[in-house]
Amino acid sequence: MTTLVCLIPVALFLGALGLAGFLWALRSGQYEDLDGAAERILIDRDDKSN
Amino acid sequence: MSCCAPGAEMALDVSSTTSVLPSSEEIRLASRSLGDDLRQTDLSVPTVHCAACIQTIETALGKLERVEGARVNLSTKRVSVRWRGDEVPPFVAAIGRLGYQAHLFAPEADAKDRTLSELIRAVAVAGFAAGNIMLLSVSVWSGAEGATRDLFHWVSALIAIPALAFAGGIFFRSAWNALRHGRMNMDVPIAVGVSLAYAMSLYETINHGDHAYFDASVSLLFFLLIGRTLDHVMRERARTAVKGLSQLAARGAMVLRSDGARDYLPVGDIEPGMLLLIAAGERIPVDGKIVQGASDLDCSLVSGESTPKTVASGERVQAGTLNLTGSLTIEATAAAKDSFLAEMVRLMEAAEGGRAHYRRIADRVSTLYAPVVHLTAFVTFLGWMAATGDWHRAITIAIAVLIITCPCALGLAVPIVQVVAARRLFENGIMVKNGSALERLATIDTAVFDKTGTLTLGQPRLVNASSIDPATLAIAADMAAHSRHPFSKAIAGFASPGGQQKFDAVAEYPGFGIEAADAGAIWRLGRRGWAGWKARTGGEGKHGYGGTVLTKDGIIVATFDFEDALRADARAAVERLNDVGVSVQMLSGDTAGACAEVSKILGVGDFVACLLPSGKVECIETLAKDGHKVLMVGDGLNDTPALSAAHVSIAPATAADIGRNAADFVFLRESLLAVPLALDVSRKAGRLIRQNIAIAIVYNAVAVPIAILGHVTPLIAAIAMSASSLLVIGNALRLQGFGPHAPARSTAADRRASFGALARSS
Repeated sequence: MTTLVCLIPVALFLGALGLAGFLWALRSGQYEDLDGAAERILIDRDDKSN
Repeated sequence: MSCCAPGAEMALDVSSTTSVLPSSEEIRLASRSLGDDLRQTDLSVPTVHCAACIQTIETALGKLERVEGARVNLSTKRVSVRWRGDEVPPFVAAIGRLGYQAHLFAPEADAKDRTLSELIRAVAVAGFAAGNIMLLSVSVWSGAEGATRDLFHWVSALIAIPALAFAGGIFFRSAWNALRHGRMNMDVPIAVGVSLAYAMSLYETINHGDHAYFDASVSLLFFLLIGRTLDHVMRERARTAVKGLSQLAARGAMVLRSDGARDYLPVGDIEPGMLLLIAAGERIPVDGKIVQGASDLDCSLVSGESTPKTVASGERVQAGTLNLTGSLTIEATAAAKDSFLAEMVRLMEAAEGGRAHYRRIADRVSTLYAPVVHLTAFVTFLGWMAATGDWHRAITIAIAVLIITCPCALGLAVPIVQVVAARRLFENGIMVKNGSALERLATIDTAVFDKTGTLTLGQPRLVNASSIDPATLAIAADMAAHSRHPFSKAIAGFASPGGQQKFDAVAEYPGFGIEAADAGAIWRLGRRGWAGWKARTGGEGKHGYGGTVLTKDGIIVATFDFEDALRADARAAVERLNDVGVSVQMLSGDTAGACAEVSKILGVGDFVACLLPSGKVECIETLAKDGHKVLMVGDGLNDTPALSAAHVSIAPATAADIGRNAADFVFLRESLLAVPLALDVSRKAGRLIRQNIAIAIVYNAVAVPIAILGHVTPLIAAIAMSASSLLVIGNALRLQGFGPHAPARSTAADRRASFGALARSS
């Protein structure tokens, strides 16, 4: 029982962390150009200003 | 005004250098201010498709002066450019130099898709809650007792609150909306089931009961939200793809003031009496009268006529026609809101209503389903009350009946099939606007085609090239390259590679043809009466398509015959439609002769020629009155009212903007086989939807008696509901592999082809 008192909040906290991370990513436009994100990894960045 | 779908420009892309770039006034009108002197312009660039494109465009634009930054969005095929200063940096030209075509489109203040992000957030919250509650429920099912079980139930109840409030809100609002208007939809039983399940579970938890349905109510929301989100994504994708086609519309025109000043005014500010300057290649923004100049007008989008019309001063011109060869000064005779285009919108709105009566299968099922389910639960309650007199037990069992019948499978039965069908069509270059279009298409028995631009490409094709001396043809082709007249473009396609004839001077005479001087000889390509001034002019009317000739010093050296090129696979498409029991007709605004020829080649049984836009609507309404379900396929402005009058409608990507918006389906590739394919997929989808509904009903027939007898536990409910949902989803996926002519999957080449089609049509 005492382990549960610890573990349930920990599990919920970690879950909530993931949820919050997802919502943040959604809000900051990470999902707006999924095709572009897949292709951009192929671009060489030789100048730092990019 | 937005009627600038590609007319003649798309013939052969020889005109990339001559096509008119949007003027900086137009760009300024279409950009929006980000404050602090910073402005943003969104451009649609349909041909970007890989990392190299992104890098090329972003680097090139970043180097321009006063450009703060450029960002390519590959998913929507757009480039947003942020710039500052008074003068517009030449970014459209810069993109053009890289080999991409960029178009402006209307700035939207609210560009982000609010509904989608709300749905995704709801899915995330519901998924989080469902996962955690299921974890606790599994512990309860595997034997947690007493205080531990109560603790788990309390934690579940807490987690469920945000899920119900946030994710469930979507269903509660929709159900409330339906009830308030005296309607019934699938969300009503969902909302009732979910909230009652939660209330009962809370009551059980407070009283240390052993059965709580928190997991059922939240995972139900999770599953249904996934279906709903997929449905929304499908429609949104079609919408952006269709919007990406929007051509640079005539959003303004150069106005010549009485004091000689020139102002660029938006279309809405143009008043009757103003003098407008229309350069070659521009669309005429409002109805007017030509004051000065002569030119050829491409009326194919407006009237369906395939041959360009020669106009001279004093004649009236209609809004939406494309000025091909000479510059014109016109006097506006109507404001934009009274012009031809606005008239089409009015006709379209009047014609709409036929499809407003259509009720979606899901709604029809739910009007039957919800009362039956609620009545069953109520009768169960009464039965148990009469049998045992234990009201707590009676209510518990009645609510268990509601939970087990909660239409999870039924809620997914329709959208999941439509999402798979839309995906399948998307891979083949066909956009579906919404699910009800698929349902309506499955029921049609008559297909009505427009001629110009639909069955034919609306571009002339040179038919007697083989009988013309190659050297002569090469000379004609070199001359023709200087003009954007559709006939010229057809001839220019035959230019001999490399061997460019050098002319001393080339001049275009709008309405007549092209004149070129070369080593003392004068060549003319154009109208017989003008070019062959020394020849006897007797055979004028004999050449059906106007009679275009090439002359040297007034002596005819070659005659060119044209015909309207048929759309690829038009005949096969008509045959295939006939094979599946759909009768095909043709309605056209073109002459009877031109129609008879096309209908003979294609084997179209019936046609009506010389129709006005309202005539097309009447034809379709007559068919509908005779009990036919009519599919309209058309592209022109003149087809738009007919597109919305028909039971369901399809437009090619080359159609006028307003036509694309009115149509339920838009196909991006040239082949007309898209029409039978869409019909085929929609009929199969209709079959699968009926199967899915049957599965859901069978599931209920098995599960409901168990629930009524009081044997349902939360574990049984969870298993039964997931099993029925999985079955329905699995059945829907069968659509992917259906059919003998199942076309290739979405391979890279395939996708490129569809981009190519987008590019060509833009």
